Amino acid sequence: MAPPARFQEIIDSESKIEPSDWMPEGYRKTLIRQIAQHAHSEVIGMQPEGNWITRAPSLHRKAILMAKVQDEAGHGLYLYSAAETLGVKRNDLQELLHQGKHKYSSIFNYPTLSWADMGTIGWLVDGAAITNQVMLTRCSYGPYSRAMVRICKEESFHQRQGYELLIRLCQGSEEQKAMAQDAIDRWWWPSLMMFGPNDSDSPHTEQSMAWKIKRVTNDDLRQQFVDMTVPQADYLGLRIPDPDLKWNEERGHYDFGPIDWEEFWRVVRGSGPMNRDRVEHKKRAWDEGTWVREAASAHAAKQQRRAA
Amino acid sequence: MIASGPQGMAAKALSPEIAELVSYGDDNLVLAQRLGEWISNAPELEIDIALGNIALDHLGVARALYTYAGEVEGEGRTEDDFAMRRTEREFRNVLLVEQPNGDFAHTIVRQFFFDVYSQILWSGLADGDDNTGAGIAGRAVKEAAYHFEFSSSWLIRLGDGTEESHRRAQAAVDALWRFTAEIASDEWLARVSSVFETAGLAIPDDPYQRVGGRDGYHTEHLGFLLAEMQWMDRAYPGLEW
Repeated sequence: MAPPARFQEIIDSESKIEPSDWMPEGYRKTLIRQIAQHAHSEVIGMQPEGNWITRAPSLHRKAILMAKVQDEAGHGLYLYSAAETLGVKRNDLQELLHQGKHKYSSIFNYPTLSWADMGTIGWLVDGAAITNQVMLTRCSYGPYSRAMVRICKEESFHQRQGYELLIRLCQGSEEQKAMAQDAIDRWWWPSLMMFGPNDSDSPHTEQSMAWKIKRVTNDDLRQQFVDMTVPQADYLGLRIPDPDLKWNEERGHYDFGPIDWEEFWRVVRGSGPMNRDRVEHKKRAWDEGTWVREAASAHAAKQQRRAA
Repeated sequence: MIASGPQGMAAKALSPEIAELVSYGDDNLVLAQRLGEWISNAPELEIDIALGNIALDHLGVARALYTYAGEVEGEGRTEDDFAMRRTEREFRNVLLVEQPNGDFAHTIVRQFFFDVYSQILWSGLADGDDNTGAGIAGRAVKEAAYHFEFSSSWLIRLGDGTEESHRRAQAAVDALWRFTAEIASDEWLARVSSVFETAGLAIPDDPYQRVGGRDGYHTEHLGFLLAEMQWMDRAYPGLEW
């Protein structure tokens, strides 16, 4: 069978494409872009939460938060490895991030301004990420779908921890409740934007669906997320900052108000509150570490010469 | 030449047994706090993960020791009472662990000095008569062995690697040597010297030492570390998080 026909047969039969299989150049490029963006998001996502590690209000919370940020670094590693199966190098992908040529999830371009943000990120941001990633466990590319299975398990744990943190705040003092409400007010809309543009404005969706990289459209995922999250907000006693939000009996879903796509595109294009800080932080850490990486290579080379 | 402080007033006198648990708890908490500052700042993702794991281990040891100290004391003090509600003068950690991260070489040298100390300390306590204490020590000694593996191998890489890394590693040793009297013993010196030999690093020819951590007479860095760590508990007293 000719390779393109074989590729199509694997896709049609719901089997997985593996690194050694023939694949169309567009399929490879789409996956590299998407997996790299996902890996960058995990790594950049360490910053907003890392921002609170030294200030966590109790040792228990400090331990949870540290472990969570470590998990994110680990996810970054698996994902870069998944991308490397497609013939690219981790350092080259990072370099594209540093040069601003690669994107990461725009949600991380917002600042974390209170302790309640740690709970809200777990609940809303990880919740939105899981909605998207559960779909990706069924992605046609084997290494990516397998990485997602493991990542989803850890993300579900993070989401529960985030929600539990908010329960504690919402059962606490007036100050704690106000802190939680302020956090949801700031994070709600950016969380909905995490699913990307409306289907009608999403240039990659159709091809990605045909290749079974993507299995559900942006708007359907967003609706799933809203339907799942509204009752959770009710339980917490938090108000979702959307006057148009209401249950639609006929559709069997929540209706919600229009998303500010101007803000979405402004942040995607680099003018969100924290875009510059995030990339500068990442580059600074990388540049300051150059001498360390050089030392490790030089030592390894000397060891090899000594052994020879 | 040993610089220590005048004996000021201790805020709360602790029995020697509790003071010992708390002071080791303080060592581990303060070091965990410092290592936590590295997260998202390390030279490679793998190093970021390793430093975070080491921080988590130290934090775990600190929590176990504080909890146990509170039980022995019997006045209902929790881990957070020890961590969040004591002042600079009440912390008993050795001065080494409160020193700022500096560059990666400073962090590695600080970690290496402390790991050698921890291995000796915990292996001595792991066989003690006190079951809970021995349990904590038994776990800590295994973790310390893994930390030592990380810090000594990096010290060797830095000492042996490039001219720059060698210069930075020696500079870190020279800067931190004055905080080693509080943790040094003959065995400590022997283990440190052996790794230094492989790494091509020299023990500084400088007799000056600064001590006082165990008496709550700290360097000026600790106050800032505590201010950051304790601010939420102090800003919102009595709340549950």
